[in-house]
Amino acid sequence: MEKKKIKIKHRSVGGWIWVVVKYFSLIFFSFCAVLPVVSCVITAFKSDAEYQSTNVMTLPSSWTFDNFVRAFETAHMGRAFLNSLIVMVFVLIGAILVGTQLAYVLNRFKFPGNGLIRNLFLFASLLPAVAMQVTVYKIMGNLGFINHLYGYIIMMMGTDIISVYIFIQFMENIPVSLDESAIIDGASYFQIYWKIILPLLQPAIVTSAILKGVNTYNEYYSASLYLQDQNIRTIALSLYTFTGPLGNRYNLICAGVIISLLPALIVFIICQKQIYSGITAGAVKG
Amino acid sequence: MVAKAEKAAKEKKPFNLVKWAKSREGQKAIIIIAFITIPLLLLFVFTYLPFGEMVKFSFYKMKYATPVEKRQFVGWQNYIDVFKRKDCFSALKLSLYYMVGALLQLAIALYLATILSFKTKCSGLFKGFMFFPYLISGIAIGFIFKFFYTRGYVFDTVLQWCGFELDNLPYWLKDQRINNISLVATSVWRYFGQNMVLFIGAIMSVDKEMYEAAELDGANGFQQFIHIILPSIRTIVTLNVILSITGSLSAFEPPYVITSGANGTGTYFVIMNEIAHVSQKVGLASAMAVVLLLIIFAATIAQKLIMKYLFRNANETDEIKHKKRVKA
Repeated sequence: MEKKKIKIKHRSVGGWIWVVVKYFSLIFFSFCAVLPVVSCVITAFKSDAEYQSTNVMTLPSSWTFDNFVRAFETAHMGRAFLNSLIVMVFVLIGAILVGTQLAYVLNRFKFPGNGLIRNLFLFASLLPAVAMQVTVYKIMGNLGFINHLYGYIIMMMGTDIISVYIFIQFMENIPVSLDESAIIDGASYFQIYWKIILPLLQPAIVTSAILKGVNTYNEYYSASLYLQDQNIRTIALSLYTFTGPLGNRYNLICAGVIISLLPALIVFIICQKQIYSGITAGAVKG
Repeated sequence: MVAKAEKAAKEKKPFNLVKWAKSREGQKAIIIIAFITIPLLLLFVFTYLPFGEMVKFSFYKMKYATPVEKRQFVGWQNYIDVFKRKDCFSALKLSLYYMVGALLQLAIALYLATILSFKTKCSGLFKGFMFFPYLISGIAIGFIFKFFYTRGYVFDTVLQWCGFELDNLPYWLKDQRINNISLVATSVWRYFGQNMVLFIGAIMSVDKEMYEAAELDGANGFQQFIHIILPSIRTIVTLNVILSITGSLSAFEPPYVITSGANGTGTYFVIMNEIAHVSQKVGLASAMAVVLLLIIFAATIAQKLIMKYLFRNANETDEIKHKKRVKA
C-alpha cells in the first residue's frame, strides 16, 4: 500500500523531509500537551507506599482506585458536583434566554440606542474580569449575594458579548420574510421569538452553551470570592481542599484533579465539532 | 406593513394607551423594552456600576467594611502610590515575559494549524490532544504544574531521560532566574491548542479550490503557506498578536494558582488581588485597576489604528471578509 502511494505522488527528497518534520512536530507538541496530564493519571493510581518509593513516571505495579475514592470523599466532591450542576443549569438557561432575546431585539428592530447598546457591551468586554472584581465584590456584598449560590449564578449570567455576536451572526441568515409572514398570520413579536427564532437558532445555542458551560464549570476566581462555605463550593473550588496540609500528597491531589476534569473530557469527546466551531465563531468578531 | 400601522396610529388623535399597546408600534416598543431590560440591568450592575465605583474608590483610603462617612478622601495619593510602590510597577515588567510567551504561542499555533490544514493522518487525534488543555480549569492546572515542576518529579525526570543531570537543573518554581519562564510556559501550554483551532478555522474558510489549483501548479507546502494561507488569515493573526499584548498586561492565572505570586512571580493583577482582598486597601487596588484599564484602552485604540493602517489598501482582505459573510 505504502509503496503504491509513493509511486503515484513521486515525493522528492524535500517532500520526505517535510513529512518527517511534520509528524515529528505533531508528535512532539502532542506529547508536550499530554505529558502533564498523563503523569497525573499515573500518579493518581499509585498507593501511598508506591508513590513515595518510586519515580513519578514509573507505572504503578498495581493500579488502585483508592485515591479516587479518598479524594472524592475528602474534598466532598459529590456535593460539589451537585453545586456545579445547579450553577451550570441556571447560568446556561438564563444566559441563553437573555442572550437570544437581546440578539433578537438588536438584530430585528431599528430603534434609537441600538448601536449604543452594542457598543456598551463591546466596551464592557474590554474590562478584565479580575480588575473588576475589586469593586464587584463590594456590590455583591451590598446585594447580599456573597456565599449564596443564587448570587453567584446571577453574576455569572451577565451576557457575554461573544455569545450575543454568535447569535446575531446566525440570525442574520434567518430570513426576515419568515417574521413577516408570521406577522400576517397574527403572531406577536414574542411568538415570533419563541416559535420561530429560538428553534432556528438551535445550532448557535448549542455552540455557545458548550463554550459557556465549560467556562462556568471551570470558573474559580470569582467562585473563590463568593462561594466560601463548604456546602456551596463548585467542583473547581473543591480542589482547594488539597492546599495546605494535604499539599504534598500528590497521588491524592492528582486523583482529585482527574475527577474534576472528567466531565470536561467527556463533553469534549462527544461535542468536539461544536467546541471547535464555537472557538472559531467567537474569535472572528471578538 | 409597519408603515401602515404607524400611519394608523398617527391618525387617531386622542392618545389611547391600551390601543397603542395593541398596535404594532406599541407591541414593538413593549418587546424591545421587555427583552433588553434584564441584559442592560445585569450589564449595569456587574460592569458599569463597579466601574464607576472603582474610579470613585481610587480617590479614597478605605476598606471593604469602612462605612461611607469614615472613608478618607486622599485625592491622587493612591495613583502616586501605584507609581511609587516598587511591587506595583515592577510587576508590570513581568508582563514582558508573558508577551514573549504569547507571541511564541501564536507562532507555534500558526505552524501547527498550517500542518494540520494539509492532509495528515490522525489529524483529529493530534488536534484533540493539543486542544484539550484549554478545557482544564485554572485551579486544576495549578496543581498539575506544581506537581510537574516539583524537584525530581515529572519535568526533571523527562529531562533526565534526555541526558541532563538532576544536579544541574534549577528549581523551576523557586529560582528567580527561571520561574517566570516556567509559569509563562504553562500559559503557552494551556492556550496554544485553542489558538491553533482558531487558525485552522480561518484557514478552512479559504476556498479549497485555491489549494487544489496551487497544487496543480506544483506549489509545495511552503509556497502555499506564503502565498495562499498567510495572506488570507493575516487579519486574524494581526488581531491575535495585538490581543496578546493586552492579554499579557493582565496576566493573572498562572502565578495566582501555581506560586501565589511568591519568589518574584507576582504579576500586576496578582499584587492587585492581594492588596484588595488580603490587605483590604480597596482604594489603592482600585487605582491600580484604573491605571491598567487606561493602559489597556490606549493599547486597544492603538490596535484599531494599526489595523486600519495595515489594511488601508487591502482589497484582498475585503474580498475575503466578503466571502466569509456570504458563507456565514
